[in-house]
Amino acid sequence: MPRQLLRDGRVVADDWQYLAEFEGAEAAGDVPALIVPFARWLTERADWLSRAAGRLGVVLKPADKVEQLGPDVARLTLIAAEFPGPTDGRGYTQGRLLRERYGFTGELRAAGYVRRDQLFFLARCGFNSFELPEAELGTALSAFSTFSAAYQPSNDAGLRQPLEHR
Amino acid sequence: MDKKLVDERVAEFRDQTRRFLAGELSDDEFRHLRLRNGLYIQTHAPMLRVAIPYGLLSSVQLRMLGSIARRYDRGYGHFTTRQNLQYNWPKLETVPDILADLATVEMHAIQTSGNCIRNTTSDHLAGVTPNELEDPRPWCEIIRQWSTFHPEFYYLPRKFKIAVTGAPQDRAASLVHDVGVHIVRNAAGELGFEILAGGGLGRTPIIGQVVRDFLPREHLLSYLEAILRVYNLEGRRDNLTKARIKILVKSLGIDEFKRRVEAEWELIRDGGLRVDEAEVARMRSFFAPPAYKRLANSEPATGKDAAFRAWYRYNTVEHKVPGYRVVYVSLKAPDVAPGDATDAQMELIADLADRYSFGEIRVTHTQNLLLADVEQEQTFELWQTLAAHGLATPNVGTLTDMICCPGLDFCSLANASSIDVAKLINDRFDDYDYLYDLGELEVKMSGCMNACGHHHVGHIGILGVDKGGEPWYQVTIGGAAGADASLGSVIGPSVKKADVPETIARLLAVYVEHRQDDERFLDTVRRLGVKPFKDRVYAASVAA
Repeated sequence: MPRQLLRDGRVVADDWQYLAEFEGAEAAGDVPALIVPFARWLTERADWLSRAAGRLGVVLKPADKVEQLGPDVARLTLIAAEFPGPTDGRGYTQGRLLRERYGFTGELRAAGYVRRDQLFFLARCGFNSFELPEAELGTALSAFSTFSAAYQPSNDAGLRQPLEHR
Repeated sequence: MDKKLVDERVAEFRDQTRRFLAGELSDDEFRHLRLRNGLYIQTHAPMLRVAIPYGLLSSVQLRMLGSIARRYDRGYGHFTTRQNLQYNWPKLETVPDILADLATVEMHAIQTSGNCIRNTTSDHLAGVTPNELEDPRPWCEIIRQWSTFHPEFYYLPRKFKIAVTGAPQDRAASLVHDVGVHIVRNAAGELGFEILAGGGLGRTPIIGQVVRDFLPREHLLSYLEAILRVYNLEGRRDNLTKARIKILVKSLGIDEFKRRVEAEWELIRDGGLRVDEAEVARMRSFFAPPAYKRLANSEPATGKDAAFRAWYRYNTVEHKVPGYRVVYVSLKAPDVAPGDATDAQMELIADLADRYSFGEIRVTHTQNLLLADVEQEQTFELWQTLAAHGLATPNVGTLTDMICCPGLDFCSLANASSIDVAKLINDRFDDYDYLYDLGELEVKMSGCMNACGHHHVGHIGILGVDKGGEPWYQVTIGGAAGADASLGSVIGPSVKKADVPETIARLLAVYVEHRQDDERFLDTVRRLGVKPFKDRVYAASVAA
């Protein structure tokens, strides 16, 4: 069964593959919707762009520099940030920078360690797709409305207005 | 704080606790969630740290803190150096109920622990001290709101503490905070901020350095956001003891750190975080002065007995409004752990605040409470009640007004006990004439190198260390936390618990012999250096 994830508030089957999951990546020719590690994107950028039939994604590790990806975001349909565990919060900054500084409008995916308790914060940083554990997929939706308002502006377009300070 | 948000937070945590108790969350997963609600698992029981933003409490809130201490704990709470309150004996399964009770008075434990932006602290004399440039509390509240549930900075490399001051004297230890914000005036006469970063205590104590000497006020939040963003991305995450921003500032150097912050700030300074004057004015309205009477200054101590005169001299300070006085409620009685208050004391102080001080109480970073707006003519009456309840120990600013962490008795991190050392010191130095003669003296004690008791910046600092399973105590002198902040120097090998009072006595003897005019202990140490003190302490080796 293909991986399921939460995207734009709905549980859907994942229509993307990570490079490591794709057999035949080393052969020439077109590739399906593929998510390439940032390190390989840096060195093989032109190759992947020519082989992608319209849809290409890149996955970032926490230490990867978003500014190196910035000029290319319009060529990408998906960018994923990998969260290695419950404490590493660099992906939140990566998300905001991709949306707010580099204007990325495609699918921004939280990958790796993603749990319902992070969703409110991830969504406010611009993420719209979440690789949750299967057990949480059905119930996690309510986590987006954990809080009804927010004190600070963030990447909230379409989500909610910041709370009037009080 | 917004009531609805607090209620939603309680509901969130109740659900997280339920999932943990049902086995749906692992210990480690729950740990990061409970920490952001101030809940530690400690030596004897969980410890719950309640947020007291910039140390300000209403009488209603303090009464609730007392009530919770009685109903869920063992009848007392511990006020901390960051102006918060800790309960040492709550039961895990009752914590959601405690949080729900706190929420009824708009209190909470949000971000009081965990690697996120903590409670913003400030000058406990804010708004009442005569020489401040501006009341810092509206700015604390602006920072508090911005930092609450900040989506980007909820999982930082390490905890992050901000202190704001508005007077030349620094009563908030801002130079040993991750970020210090000082209200300053520039050459053009405009008020703005000096921003410092990279201060901190713990294993690697460092005094904060100036990142920007003048920041126009409307840019405060965008500048803080730039600092936090650089820290979130660049701070070390591979080693817990090197993860604070002070290590990043130190490794980059202040110039490179500043360059990165300024570069980030240039890109966001004109975004949605600008604080306009209307917003500042609205925030200020929450801290408007109470309805002071028109009074003249008086001399309430004249002709009264010596005990009241001593209390008035040491436990009250000047107020900017004629006829009023700022009154410290001492939580440093000789037989009590420094900073502890019982449920009955909290309720009494709440009543006294209603009767004498516009229903407001403040927590000082030196672990006392404060009634900020007391009519001078009512201080005698107030003193009589405080004295009858063990809250008028006339020692504020003296040797026995010690700062002290909970130590090994409560804390799972500690190497050594600190409360019983405080007791030994109190037993030895019980002669008030001698204490008063010694003058201003800050003794600060920590049970381990995490330095919750701020020992590095004590005029005399005492650090508990573990030597072959036994608690020993390392002594430093010459530290200071104010505007002239400095880190203390170790005088020599650590000493046994029983020898701590004698060690202090010898340090003080050297001071008394060598002091010039009104010189404080700290100034004598700075003038003479450590050597004469060290020579005396180890002369007939107390540190055997």
